[in-house]
Amino acid sequence: MNRRDFLKNTARVVGGITLPLTAFKIINPRELLASTGDKTKVRWVFLVDTYKCVGCGMCVRACKLENDIPYDAKVTRTWVERYVITKDGKTHADSPMGARDGFTTSKIDLGIDGYEDIKNADIDKGFFVPKLCNQCENPPCVQVCPVGATFQVPDGVVLVDRTWCIGCGYCIMACPYGVRFFHPVYNTAEKCTFCYHRITKGMKTACVDACPFGARQIGNIKDPNDPVTKIIMTERVGILKEEYGTKPQVYYLGLDREVK
Amino acid sequence: MMVHGEIWTAKELFVYPNEYIYWSIQIVMYPFMTGLVAGAFVLSSLYHVFGIKQLKEMARFALVFSFALLFVAPLPIVLHLQHPFRGINVFMTPHFTSAIAAFGIVFFTYGAIVASELWFLYRKHFVEVALPLKEKQDKTIGEWLKFILFCTLTLGEYDISEESLKRDHKAIKILAGVGIPVACFLHGYAGFIFGSVKANALWMTPLMPVIFIMSAIVSGIALCMLTYIMTMEIRKFLASRKMTPTQRFQSKEDLKGVEVSVVRMTAKYLLFFMVFAISLELLDLIFRGYTAVKSWDVLRSVIYGRDFTDIFILQYTIGNLIPLILFLVPGLTIRRTIVGVILVLFGVFMMRWNVVIGGQAFSLSFAGYMHYHMPIIPHDWETFKEGLFGAVGVFILPFVLFWVIAKVFPVFDLKESH
Repeated sequence: MNRRDFLKNTARVVGGITLPLTAFKIINPRELLASTGDKTKVRWVFLVDTYKCVGCGMCVRACKLENDIPYDAKVTRTWVERYVITKDGKTHADSPMGARDGFTTSKIDLGIDGYEDIKNADIDKGFFVPKLCNQCENPPCVQVCPVGATFQVPDGVVLVDRTWCIGCGYCIMACPYGVRFFHPVYNTAEKCTFCYHRITKGMKTACVDACPFGARQIGNIKDPNDPVTKIIMTERVGILKEEYGTKPQVYYLGLDREVK
Repeated sequence: MMVHGEIWTAKELFVYPNEYIYWSIQIVMYPFMTGLVAGAFVLSSLYHVFGIKQLKEMARFALVFSFALLFVAPLPIVLHLQHPFRGINVFMTPHFTSAIAAFGIVFFTYGAIVASELWFLYRKHFVEVALPLKEKQDKTIGEWLKFILFCTLTLGEYDISEESLKRDHKAIKILAGVGIPVACFLHGYAGFIFGSVKANALWMTPLMPVIFIMSAIVSGIALCMLTYIMTMEIRKFLASRKMTPTQRFQSKEDLKGVEVSVVRMTAKYLLFFMVFAISLELLDLIFRGYTAVKSWDVLRSVIYGRDFTDIFILQYTIGNLIPLILFLVPGLTIRRTIVGVILVLFGVFMMRWNVVIGGQAFSLSFAGYMHYHMPIIPHDWETFKEGLFGAVGVFILPFVLFWVIAKVFPVFDLKESH
């Protein structure tokens, strides 16, 4: 083969490969979906009313049982944080066992430093904040997954494919909210799914059903008649860690600036 | 039931329930090892591309060593994965918004460049070994195997005329030139993996890839110098033991040991890149303190408080300042070089440690801390692979591989080299 033939053949091969590739781009499923106008009518959002939360931990227990997270493992898809702000301006926060058993003592859990007793007289304010996956509109966990094992479904929920996750932990590192962990049994990335198996069948999430005070609600922000949508649209709601640009979809009523 | 990471993580103050030190010692080893690969390659390219003659001895050596290191570079990641056998998924369904997804492409491109450069460099040697064996009658089994191996390595090209060797030379120069940006990319992208994590206040900086590249070149040069000196000394020692006293007296000139001029020249390049690396790291530190964004409070308490010994004593003083002085004082001796390069390697390792482990030393809540207790004595597979033994194993393996590879690609005793 001389140089001319070689160059000719190379051009043919390159052309032959690129042509089908351009065709492949034309049938991009996302663009196809957008062009047919079949847009999804559901976007799941969550609303937490921190004024109503008493830190009983019923939601955490219900979640663990519903979603097969080993009960005694020190990881959880949802948890409740306790904040105590004292008169000296200090913020004390804890979440022992993710508040699975509620808050059974008034002492603050300091991890390896033991417990700190705070006198009632020193307290300015105290409150509870339930946490769960924010099902971000711009999820960093999905962005960093090297194999596409975690993905966002059209109705906004971020899910993990346990059969494809390689367990690199990059998504756990990328989440600013610390909602992800390794499942102790499957050893794959694990997170709150808004109980996707329930909400897609018309049920509420396990934690919403378990909450005796109605502090947790789930709704569809694309439905203007949904009670959750009405609250989010008409009342003053907050979101967590806005500065990361993740566009979280868990809204909070009564969010304090001290909430981490 | 133990959760992954729980065994080596101690939590202090307010840490979210799911937070543990998920990226442990093997993720420290990963940038450390890829850094050595990239650094060794850049060192060899200094001679091949820019024609720095004094590095001739080192260049061939560094390239072969880079090849040996290359095989070990992905090992820490595989050992770190919760599902190591699914690692192949990265090649099957690469998700290109992820920095890790590009690993396969970058790694294999780089591997192909190093392998082809090696082939051009050693083509003459392969032919010279294969041809006499071809003509030889009644070969032993060992010779047969050697013949098959070297025959395959020639890839059917037996032309070693002056002209074709010249073409080889040109190919090497081009490959070495293309290889420099690819090597930098291979490692810069390891820095990007960390630098692009916006959730981590310590990691997120656009300087991270550049800092990683500079310290990679530093560590690569240091390791090449160390291995070069060691191999030369061991060879000299072994050779002198085999000889009778009279022979030893006679053949002192034939017995080449370490050439001080080579070491001194390489040390100059080491210094150059080291100053670059330290400047960038300090710039990053100063900038964080000066801008003092929300995360600075917790970062300051980690950098100047909890991790002070790791960062300022072990990394900057022992790993940077002392070797800097050792190399700068005139009249560099071999012994001083050995101490210097070992400290440099230690310093770069500590830098990786302080990035990876230090980045997880504080909680995402900015109100708590996590302490890492590396498993020393393993009691199961996990504490073995993500513990001291796993890390030491990963560090030793390239030397073993080098010893094997050097049998096919002889690093010394080649009469004529490129």
